[in-house]
Amino acid sequence: MSMIKHGLAALAAGTISVSLALPAIAAPTKFDFWFGLSGDLERVVQTLCKNFNESQKEYEVVCTSQGNYDATLQNTIAAFRAGKQPTVVQVYDVGTATMMLSGAYKPADKLMEENGYKVDYSDYFPGIARYYATSKGEMLSFPFNSSTALMYWNKDAFAKIGKTEAPKTWEDVGADLKALKDAGYECPMAINISGNESWQLMEQFSAIHNQPIATENNGYDGLDARLEVNKTKFVQYVGDLKKWYDEGLIKIKSKDLGQDMVQAFASGTCEVILSSVGDHGTVTKTKKEGLNWDVAELPTYAGTERKNSLVGGASLWVLSGKSDAEYKGAAAFLNFIQDPKTALFWSTNTGYIPVTKSGFDYMKANGFYDKAPYKGREVAIASLTASEPTEITRGIRLGNFTQIRAEFGTQMQAIFANKVSVQDGIDTLVKNGDAILDRFQQTYPNKTLP
Amino acid sequence: MEKRVTFSKWTVGILFAVPQLLLIFTFFYWPAGQAVYWSLTLQQPWGGGNIWVGLDNFKSILSSADYWNSITASLVFAGISTGLAMFIALVLAALTDRQLAGSRFYRVVLIWPYGIAAPALALAFRFILAPEAGFMAVVNRMWPGFWDPGLDGVDAMASIIAAFSWKYVGYNFIFFLAAFQAIPRSLIEAAAMDGSGVVRRFFDIQFPLITPTIFFLLVINITESFQDSFGIVDIMTSGGPANATNLMVYKIYSDGFKGLDYSGAAAQSIILMLLIIVLTIFQFRFIERRVHYR
Repeated sequence: MSMIKHGLAALAAGTISVSLALPAIAAPTKFDFWFGLSGDLERVVQTLCKNFNESQKEYEVVCTSQGNYDATLQNTIAAFRAGKQPTVVQVYDVGTATMMLSGAYKPADKLMEENGYKVDYSDYFPGIARYYATSKGEMLSFPFNSSTALMYWNKDAFAKIGKTEAPKTWEDVGADLKALKDAGYECPMAINISGNESWQLMEQFSAIHNQPIATENNGYDGLDARLEVNKTKFVQYVGDLKKWYDEGLIKIKSKDLGQDMVQAFASGTCEVILSSVGDHGTVTKTKKEGLNWDVAELPTYAGTERKNSLVGGASLWVLSGKSDAEYKGAAAFLNFIQDPKTALFWSTNTGYIPVTKSGFDYMKANGFYDKAPYKGREVAIASLTASEPTEITRGIRLGNFTQIRAEFGTQMQAIFANKVSVQDGIDTLVKNGDAILDRFQQTYPNKTLP
Repeated sequence: MEKRVTFSKWTVGILFAVPQLLLIFTFFYWPAGQAVYWSLTLQQPWGGGNIWVGLDNFKSILSSADYWNSITASLVFAGISTGLAMFIALVLAALTDRQLAGSRFYRVVLIWPYGIAAPALALAFRFILAPEAGFMAVVNRMWPGFWDPGLDGVDAMASIIAAFSWKYVGYNFIFFLAAFQAIPRSLIEAAAMDGSGVVRRFFDIQFPLITPTIFFLLVINITESFQDSFGIVDIMTSGGPANATNLMVYKIYSDGFKGLDYSGAAAQSIILMLLIIVLTIFQFRFIERRVHYR
């Protein structure tokens, strides 16, 4: 027994002395990356990580999915409070304001500069960069997976009513839906009205129409921003959606009811939906045999000068309190991700769009957008770059925006169930949303958004 | 001379209690104390600091119409689901106790639902009650628009009550059956010989004898309906439509973890704790009087 013990001790001592004597073949510096994608997308991220680890020998990124965006943020906060945070974390678009005030990050632009990487910030599509940048234009985090909302339409159904193009205005949409209904289509258009659809119904709509969601330029200029969607074109939009719903032109489709709207579209049950370009791949893969479909930019009301739509998705934040070696690795990782070749790999395997012009050009040059199944995804780029971002179409920088989105869902449900009028419902949304913003501001006294 | 083993000092007794006390302190008093502290401050989620606000969190919660709506929804849910789960379990247990054909089989089958995790059974019920694809789709085909939990708050509430009751029928059944079987057969046989029928025997003999079990289950069911409903609500309705099923425990979760409002959530959990304490005291004070312990 004691022989074994001695033997083990000697072995251990030997191992230590060997590892001390040979620092040259030290293991690569490991650092953690937490992300919020799951399922198919998780596998793509893991492949991306593997590619990074194989591309060099100095660093090794350990990628862990936390299931979804909410859980990633919650788990990261818990880990941060316990001092065990990952080096890089993926935070969704609406978490940006919370992150900026957290004091828990290392600015990504500084990180790159310190580690000798030159990043051409003008290469990012402005609509994407400005969403995540400070009011002064500094990039505290780097855009990662990005998408925007599009209108999916069934070409065969529209052909039946004599249309070969998607409607460009909401006035046309109304007429077309009516025609589709008259032509015997049970569900001309599908929407859902939970907190998740705030993105396409309220946020994207407001941006395209250059309508503010909140004061202080949607919150970019201060924590005292308050909602003002009850005074914009958004009210008219909800009124129209409600009217079409009452006339049977719009059906509500959600997972809870048995079929979500993407499934409803892919199966040919419904002819129009508004959804993320990220679903382009899903529709391609799951569509009913012979479904003839395309995507178009979201419609506007007649006479509107179209502005850029908003980016959706998430960006990569580097957290504070890590070692220099880990930061070096994180910088190398961020540099790897914004490489055009990575962009091609990423967009091919997911529905997400490239975030840089060079990435987009590289993909175009490779013929990515010329043929099915990727043809049509360039519409997302057109929508994002429809104009230079205005003060209002930069993005939304409001605290606890997840709760405001939930409140959006609540009030839309009340409106569609005829519990309140359209104006009253949106007024309540503003009132309750303002209480959330008020609370956020009180939690961070004497602090300002960077 | 005393023959029992006695401990000379009371400290020895304390010493034996320490491990238990330590556990309770670590897993109950310490977090509960932390929750009280958080409820009196405004916590920055990332731990950057906090501000003492006294009772402001409670004031803003109690002045919010949404919160009162949440309390009402919780009480409705607790009342109906407890009533349903206990009544159905009582009837099933009484029938099983009568040793009808196949009662052994029922005994096993009826216990199963309690063994299923809330989210799993919620997922099953979501499919069953889906208005377009599930069992209710048949009903909807006969009466279009009859069942719409996506927009109709009453339907959504009915869905989560059905799921929760289904689970607790199994739990209650075990206890009721055990209580019935603990009643001496001779009592029932004597009553039968005196000429009383099944129903009469149930109300005059069995029911009074199982009141302690009924009371116990009442307390447990009400308490659990406030706490164990989370998984079901999360999967089936996410608190909607229009907050119709936003039960207190779910609101704590969504405000705290999704909304990162830790202080507001802490204050809500204090209120929920007080409410459950008050309800339990009420039950012991007023309902237990009617319980006949043997």
